[in-house]
Amino acid sequence: MNRYTVALLAGILFAIGLGVSGMTQPQKVIGFLDITGDWNPALAFVMIGAIGFHAVTYRWVTKRSSPILEDQFHLPTSSDLTPSLLIGAALFGTGWGLGGFCPGPGIASIASGNTQSFIFVGSMIAGMLLFRLSKPLIDKFLP
Amino acid sequence: MIIDLQAIGLATLGGIIIGLSVTVMLLFSGRVTGISGITYGILTQSQWKERAWRLLFFIGLLVGGVGLSIMYPSSLENTLNIENGKLVIAGLLVGFGTVLGNGCTSGHGVCGISRFSLRSITATGTFMVFGMIAVFISRHFLGGF
Repeated sequence: MNRYTVALLAGILFAIGLGVSGMTQPQKVIGFLDITGDWNPALAFVMIGAIGFHAVTYRWVTKRSSPILEDQFHLPTSSDLTPSLLIGAALFGTGWGLGGFCPGPGIASIASGNTQSFIFVGSMIAGMLLFRLSKPLIDKFLP
Repeated sequence: MIIDLQAIGLATLGGIIIGLSVTVMLLFSGRVTGISGITYGILTQSQWKERAWRLLFFIGLLVGGVGLSIMYPSSLENTLNIENGKLVIAGLLVGFGTVLGNGCTSGHGVCGISRFSLRSITATGTFMVFGMIAVFISRHFLGGF
């Protein structure tokens, strides 16, 4: 196995997890976020399952001096709560609530052939490119 | 409030599968599995080697989606009917916001919280609250879903 095969297989597994969990059905996501309406808390258990599993395996894996296929772990090191983090998360959350899609489920649901998935993912990529274009400006004003 | 035990069971199982996927990426490649970061990396990484694994993960997501559409089509059912304009705004906000905030539901919500990262816990709380506000406003002032 090389890093490319691992990435491909992990991507397939991730999509299956999303599908089984219900995250690829935007109406369920909206139901989860609709706390003042007919709230359906089921999707909270996606996070509980994933974090419950990975919080344990993360500690087990990082006891190793390096991952199996690379020389070192590539983990985030910053710990500051910056305006970029908060503003970015707020913008993302707003988009998530408007469309019912976050990035993974949007991409995985393209196979449904539903035009809503295409429009969402296309616009998401446009939003990323827009960020890229405006990065010099953002770096100037947001730490 | 809706309590649907079957949905809770499937959500937990799906979550564990997602946890397994991010564990595989960490164990073999030492990477955080953040879907927004992976997608942005495909667009921006200058080294082919760094681009290639991200592209393959992205292709894996698409292939997994094809598998779902064949074996479990109801899992990809979208019963919402959101106007295209609103969906475009949603996509732009998600794309721009996740890159500015360095992560989404997977990178911050799953990987970051599993590391007990204060940044990720804060980001996850923030995007959830704003998601709830957006749904509230959408439902009551923007014509619903």
